Amino acid sequence: MQPTFSSSRILLPVRPWFIALSVLAALSLNYLPTSNWPGLPDWVALTLIFWSVRESRRVGMGWGFILGLAMDVADASLLGQHALAYVFASYGASSLARRILWFPLGQQALHIFPLLLLVQLVQFGVRTLAGAEFPGIGFFVGPFVATALWLPLTYLLLLPQYQPVVRDVNRPI
Amino acid sequence: MDHQPPPFFKRGPAPLALLSFYAALSLALLVVDARLHTLDVLRRTLSVLTHPLQQAAQTPAQVIGNAAGYFSSIAMLVDENTRIKRSQTDRSATLLRTQQLEAENGRLRRLLGIKERQPAIGLATRILYAARDPFSRRIVVDKGQQEGIVAGQPVADDAGIVGQVTRVFPFVAEVTLITDKDQAVPVQIVRNGLRSVVFGLGAGQLELRYMPANADVQNDDLLVTSGLDGIFLPGFPVAKVVHIERDASYSFARITCTPVAGVENFGEVMVLALPEADALPESLVKDSSGEADKAGEKSARNKKKRLKRDG
Repeated sequence: MQPTFSSSRILLPVRPWFIALSVLAALSLNYLPTSNWPGLPDWVALTLIFWSVRESRRVGMGWGFILGLAMDVADASLLGQHALAYVFASYGASSLARRILWFPLGQQALHIFPLLLLVQLVQFGVRTLAGAEFPGIGFFVGPFVATALWLPLTYLLLLPQYQPVVRDVNRPI
Repeated sequence: MDHQPPPFFKRGPAPLALLSFYAALSLALLVVDARLHTLDVLRRTLSVLTHPLQQAAQTPAQVIGNAAGYFSSIAMLVDENTRIKRSQTDRSATLLRTQQLEAENGRLRRLLGIKERQPAIGLATRILYAARDPFSRRIVVDKGQQEGIVAGQPVADDAGIVGQVTRVFPFVAEVTLITDKDQAVPVQIVRNGLRSVVFGLGAGQLELRYMPANADVQNDDLLVTSGLDGIFLPGFPVAKVVHIERDASYSFARITCTPVAGVENFGEVMVLALPEADALPESLVKDSSGEADKAGEKSARNKKKRLKRDG
């Protein structure tokens, strides 16, 4: 079956402040005291991958690096652990961006899953090399939940761009 | 030869180049942080930026907690109050005798010429949250550099040692729990004074390592800090032995312990002041410094010689 560009609806251009706002919201969700419960998704990774896919010319590895540092400082982890994982995820997302957007949302989520798993695997590898203990299987549940959240997140983050263009009464056509 | 057309849009450096740059930067940060531990200034600076957001994210949980506390029934408070009063009365006799014993002990020690035991000075702090990092056991408490906390200070609760301060930020401090895999506490067994070091196992348990298979350790032995490291004051309860496995094929016994303090609980903890280091006798200081100087000169001379020879 030939895949069709299902998200062919013409969207308004994204507003930069909205990207910044969504990323800040994701950071505060990650900073919540509940975020070390097993199975909670890494909101920053999810948002970063979303914007890297949608706006790969605006959001890229630089954002990944800075967000990773912010997570490393808040989290009591090695400096550079999240940064490395997010940079890889952002690179993967932006290089797959043109391919991913041709698929319907369900299949897009399947493309996102390996990237989210990569984020956890990179962190796991780095910490294991540094001599940390095994964090338990709950550490790898987060990407599954995050993949399931791809569909609602897409609608939520694209909401401002779905708004109709203001109709101009003086326009001839 | 492949000739690429000039780009229509300005896109900056190639993605692969950017990836290598950022990955190399992160790897450098990782290695320096894991091996050299010299990035604390950078961490502290960045934490000033992230701290407000963290504080904001903590607020709802704190508000809910406070509201729950506000609505807790008066009956419960009265009950708790009577319980505390009773335990206070129960313990007062012991406490008074302890004070008298401590004074007597001090006098006797002075008579014998042994240095007095140092009193424990502490700073009460509240646990803010457990750190999100799933690879380690750490908590964050609500006092930091501003209150004079330094890395290395022991942390205790009402039952025993909880952990040790490992990182200090301007307003908060990070405490590594004794159950963390990288945390070690020098201890001795109360029953017979046997000294050892207890290591964290990660899963809320501790292990007494490098004890010979025939060592005199029994179940329910209480381990207290020995104070040999000059960081933990002697006499604080640390852990209780719960399981001993003596296998003739290994030279060491596997001894598992559980912490005495409420290590995984939330509440108030005391950050204890570091004990003052015992000063070396003057004769030793002079001798060792002289020798060190001489040794230093010697090695420098040797180095020069070697350089000349190699050159």
